[in-house]
Amino acid sequence: MRFKINGRTYRTNVRPNQTLLELLREDLGLTGTKHGCELGECGACTVLIGGKPRLSCLTLASEVRSFEIGTVEGLAPDCKLHVLQQAFAETGAVQCGYCTPGMLMSGLALLQTTSNPSEREIREALSGNICRCSGYNKIIEAVRLASLRKESTQHHLQIGESHSGQRSAPWSMDEEREHRMPKEFSVIGRPIPKVGVESKLTGQAKYTDDLSFPNMLYGKILRSTHSHAKIVSISKDRAMSLDGVRAIITAEDLPIKYGIMPTSEDERAFALRKVRYFGEPVAAVAADSPDIAQKALEYIDVKYEPLQSVNSIEEALSKNSASIHEDGECSNNIHKTVSLEFGDVEQGFKEADYTREDTFFYEGSNHVALEEHSAIASYGADGKLTEWSSTQVPHYLQRTLCKVLGLQASKVRVIVPEVGGGFGGKSDIFSHELVAAKLSMLCSQPVKITCTREEVFYLHRGRHPTLMRLKTGFKGDGRISALHLKALLDGGAYGSYGVATTYYVGALQTATYKIPNYKYEGLRVYTNKPPCGPKRGHGTPQPRFAIECQIDKASEDLGIDPVEIRRRNLVNPFSTSVNYLRITSCGLQECIEKVLSASEFQKKRGHLGQGNGIGFAVSSYISGAGLPIFWNNMPHSSAEVRIDRDGKATVYSMATDIGQGSDSVLSFIVAEALGLDVSDVSIVSADTDLTPVDLGSYSSRVTFMAGNAVLEAAKNVRELLFEVASREIGVPQSDLVSREGRIYFRDDPSKGIDWTQAVRKAESQFGALVGTGSYKPPNLAGPYKGSGVGPSPAYSFSACVAEVRCNSSTGHVEVKNVWLAHDLGRSINPLLAEGQIEGSVVMALGEALMEEHTFKDGMHKSPSMLGYKTPTPLEVPEIHPIIVESIDPEGPFGAKEVGQGPLLPVVPAIANAIHDALGIRIDQVPITPNKILTALTDKLKGGTGRVGPNSFPQVEFKEALKVDPPKIFS
Amino acid sequence: MMRLPTFEHKRPASLRQAFDLLKDSSEDSLLVAGGTDLYPNMKRRQCEPRTVISIARIRRLKRIIGNQNSGLEIGANTVLSDLGADPVVAKYYTVLSEAATQIASPQIRETGTIGGNLCQDTRCNYYDMSYEWRSGVNFCLKHGGNVCHVASGSKRCWAVFASDIAPACMAIGSRLRLASSRGERTMPARELYQNDGAAHLRKSKDEILTDLLLPPSDGLISTYLKLRRRDAIDFPILGVAAAVRLDSKGNCRYAKIVLGAIGSCPVQVAEAEQILLGKRLTQDTIESVATAAYRVAKPQDNTDLTFSYRKSMTKVYVSDALTKLAAKAEYS
Ligand SMILES: Cc1cc2nc3c(=O)[nH]c(=O)nc-3n(C[C@H](O)[C@H](O)[C@H](O)COP(=O)(O)OP(=O)(O)OC[C@H]3O[C@@H](n4cnc5c(N)ncnc54)[C@H](O)[C@@H]3O)c2cc1C
Ligand code: FES
Ligand code: FES
Repeated sequence: MRFKINGRTYRTNVRPNQTLLELLREDLGLTGTKHGCELGECGACTVLIGGKPRLSCLTLASEVRSFEIGTVEGLAPDCKLHVLQQAFAETGAVQCGYCTPGMLMSGLALLQTTSNPSEREIREALSGNICRCSGYNKIIEAVRLASLRKESTQHHLQIGESHSGQRSAPWSMDEEREHRMPKEFSVIGRPIPKVGVESKLTGQAKYTDDLSFPNMLYGKILRSTHSHAKIVSISKDRAMSLDGVRAIITAEDLPIKYGIMPTSEDERAFALRKVRYFGEPVAAVAADSPDIAQKALEYIDVKYEPLQSVNSIEEALSKNSASIHEDGECSNNIHKTVSLEFGDVEQGFKEADYTREDTFFYEGSNHVALEEHSAIASYGADGKLTEWSSTQVPHYLQRTLCKVLGLQASKVRVIVPEVGGGFGGKSDIFSHELVAAKLSMLCSQPVKITCTREEVFYLHRGRHPTLMRLKTGFKGDGRISALHLKALLDGGAYGSYGVATTYYVGALQTATYKIPNYKYEGLRVYTNKPPCGPKRGHGTPQPRFAIECQIDKASEDLGIDPVEIRRRNLVNPFSTSVNYLRITSCGLQECIEKVLSASEFQKKRGHLGQGNGIGFAVSSYISGAGLPIFWNNMPHSSAEVRIDRDGKATVYSMATDIGQGSDSVLSFIVAEALGLDVSDVSIVSADTDLTPVDLGSYSSRVTFMAGNAVLEAAKNVRELLFEVASREIGVPQSDLVSREGRIYFRDDPSKGIDWTQAVRKAESQFGALVGTGSYKPPNLAGPYKGSGVGPSPAYSFSACVAEVRCNSSTGHVEVKNVWLAHDLGRSINPLLAEGQIEGSVVMALGEALMEEHTFKDGMHKSPSMLGYKTPTPLEVPEIHPIIVESIDPEGPFGAKEVGQGPLLPVVPAIANAIHDALGIRIDQVPITPNKILTALTDKLKGGTGRVGPNSFPQVEFKEALKVDPPKIFS
Repeated sequence: MMRLPTFEHKRPASLRQAFDLLKDSSEDSLLVAGGTDLYPNMKRRQCEPRTVISIARIRRLKRIIGNQNSGLEIGANTVLSDLGADPVVAKYYTVLSEAATQIASPQIRETGTIGGNLCQDTRCNYYDMSYEWRSGVNFCLKHGGNVCHVASGSKRCWAVFASDIAPACMAIGSRLRLASSRGERTMPARELYQNDGAAHLRKSKDEILTDLLLPPSDGLISTYLKLRRRDAIDFPILGVAAAVRLDSKGNCRYAKIVLGAIGSCPVQVAEAEQILLGKRLTQDTIESVATAAYRVAKPQDNTDLTFSYRKSMTKVYVSDALTKLAAKAEYS
């Protein structure tokens, strides 16, 4: 059959059941077109067919042979970016880049038919394309920008045709930005497009599933169809006899237990003897084709004997329930308990003039990174395993592969290709990663396993559903005298990061507010559901929601302005909290001022008219965990910077760019330190063979920790050059600066030497020019057991105002505006920082209003992108990101985190805004329309107008460890 | 990657060829137009036809003829985006255009057809799941099993017919033309459906829906309101199609309200006619119709959001729709 794609003719055979998506990606190697669901629910696979945007996953290849087909690969045939691509680059519309090809196609289709589209038209045109990273606003902005440029340049928009894509170099910058730029830097603070953006925009970037290797097999995992059952037998014979099936494995083949937290290694690659959640891996095949693998799964016969399923926190705690992990300490379904008391809570409540107690529930949610998890393993005759995986934690993956497969670290290489979003969902070790490796070892062929969207919902590791009881004592002036939080976490069937999560739920309250007496009791239970783990904000959005809603209620009762009551409780910069958190730089006050004035909060609150409301909340977050996951004394991040004879630098770091932009941040830091142009710095990242260890992209640690490591590496290599330069120009090293490709005397720039010249001289003197650097946080743990979670070398701070419009007859909530000010220490790159803020806001919006990872009798209620609701471009508000800089003394150039923190205040700000609009309190997210109506009805009948959990189970927490506050605590 | 099961693919170029194929092929062949409904279902192994007969190439099915005075004849293969963009439809048969432009996503509207929309399968939270998922809860009535997970003990399937186009068609009294090797017939759109989630279409398997026949507009004022969680991608969990014609005094001489996505077929609110005919659209009459609609709406707990919420929304949405029509009437 003949196809016309991007103006070129292809001849190929197609199978009747082959979709265009499969043809493009698998037969023609046009992997620029992506997939996130294959059911028409995400838009990632959008291509142009006869000029119209259509979904290649729902289109048979044979149906479109007479049409012109356009894919992302055709947009820049001569390697010059198309106006639309250019606009995406400049506006920061690309994060992980996985939705980008589909977005470009939808955007292009619009521009081809509509000149000067309105914002509404752009949103409508993109409404079938889900993006999980960006929050959409920058994408919408990019399309708008492209349409303006198209008008002015009469640009051709035909796909496949060569055109004069002019590259407006250097990257243009609007005046306002230029004005805000710090003069002391050449790279830091500039809105430079992210590293590698061109490859993401052209479809050249390779994500794991885009790779394939000669002789590669396709793996597929058979998953449990029971939530709790004994495995009576597994019969593989019939499947084994199928032509093209190369191996079938089960728990016997991979019996070794593992777990990301060394204290709870409770998982195996496959369920052994019993299954604990619907979707748990039971067996796997490797076959010559995906179709054969699928068929083989149908031929594996597993007999189960169902067990009583434990479906909720209450059921888990009941004495009458089945035990999920019978052996060992957790046979009572309690995975972890934490009980800590700092100061004297009882006394604190006694001193309170006003005390209130509320119960809140925060529903579980999945990350829904647009790229489905994927891994390819290749085991060679040399005994070396190479694995490409869509992971946030190559180092932990390497360790676990070694442990489970019995290999030495030197024989395991993990490479992370481009990653299509993570948000914590790819920071655990997953069965398919181990299984692909084992299958490859058995077959001596590369094996690829790509999960379906449904499987991703079963891998999960998302937000823990959390029930919270919060009691807070206030002085008459609003100051908190004591706070007692009890939390029950529904952990699902395995530990995952749950030990850390249980601590995190209790750890950071004191990093936002000064709490003189604080008690936390947390308990995580096992249930027969997919394991929960870390999702953006890891264990802290839940209590943040509770506290920020409660303090709003308290402000009303006490007659204190909601902003003022918070102001009276804010932590001080450079202070120590009652639970020994060391707070350093803190721009929270400034965040609050900025967000208030931008939103006109005080003027609007209570005055927006019926159904309209405005809400406020604040928060803080860590810039990396102070302690590694497995205890050791080594640096958390190491890095190298090498310089070649051109004078160009290459950074080597295991930090993993999952779309958040770590490759860019690290390169920009090095460029600034060396005084080089960003185009002269390249980066090799996330390859365990090539790069020194970095613990991974989780806990918002990369900018701070890997950033410090690369900065030190850059300075170390720079020192070699300064030594030479100092000699050449006769100026002491300490008076030298390196900028714009020269090394010169600070006080007299004419005295200097060309960077490349210095490099040549240095290399002839020292040989290879390599600088190494590493970062290990100072010892920040407090003097008590359990003090490992919470300390961070620096905290970020956020303040948020949300404005909503509520329909009191339908219960529909429209979030109209979100202002979010975030103290990130130093803005290394405003485009990336704003992108993180906007993406966080929209992810929070989803959790606040619609996302629900829920189950009925152990069955996932909505394991699809249609059933599980994430915001589309039509649900997102105007987002006003405000960057606040507090220049942290220990961060690289003063930088802290911005990847997770901005999510935290958004959910309570929305809940508080709904209260302002309708006078009701929804103490349970997501705030669905039915809850709004229930609350309104209740209010109408003279009730309190509150919807939320009404009781908290009687739980015997273990006796709290009493910890005296630090002496310096005031 | 979710993949399609294997099948034989036929692409007849004319209705005649299609009839022959349908006549020859056994039970397990299915028609496909855009495939946006069928292929996801096949990928989930809800059906595995041996032969898929694509009618996409049949030119005859892609025409729009007539005008608002004579009535419109819209070919079944007209894609939703073309329907939504048609100026005559937008002006004189607004309900259809509003329904079409709110379906799924821009991409799906470029592919999905009217015929496919009207003949789409019913949906259920317990059915639109992978084979593995469904095997985990035991196959339901719709899959040939003997349980209904929505209403245990039920002998019939409660899957929801979530077409946006069908209630819109019914509200304006459209007819449908069906054809097979045995000949042609036309019937009111309403008669295509019956309230059984496992067998909601009253047509034989070899019949092809060829045209949607819209009556002369004759002063039709109409609108479509759709309830769903997100403003894109999502199916309706309630659709309200409302149409009226007013006489010179502003009294209704025609009135129809049809509810979508709350049962296994669209539900016409019979009382609406009784209440409205000969009367003006006033707050009172609107209120009465909304209450009548509320009474007949019996959604089950098998779509997004709760059934009680969807039921209570019938009242709000019907009231909103009629209020909108009243405003339009005033304005025109
Ligand atoms: C994510 C997603 C969201 C969706 N949202 C909506 C929505 O909001 N509202 C909505 O109404 N639909 C929705 N749909 C369903 C579907 O896309 C539309 O109904 C579309 O109009 C179906 O048209 P099609 O041509 O693609 O149908 P097909 O898939 O080709 O056909 C559907 C069924 O109709 C039969 N059929 C098709 N044409 C004929 C004919 N001429 N004669 C007889 N039988 C025929 C086929 O045999 C098949 O059983 C959605 C689908 C997806 C995947
Ligand atoms: S992959 Fe086609 S829409 Fe998701
Ligand atoms: S950039 Fe859109 S999904 Fe990642």
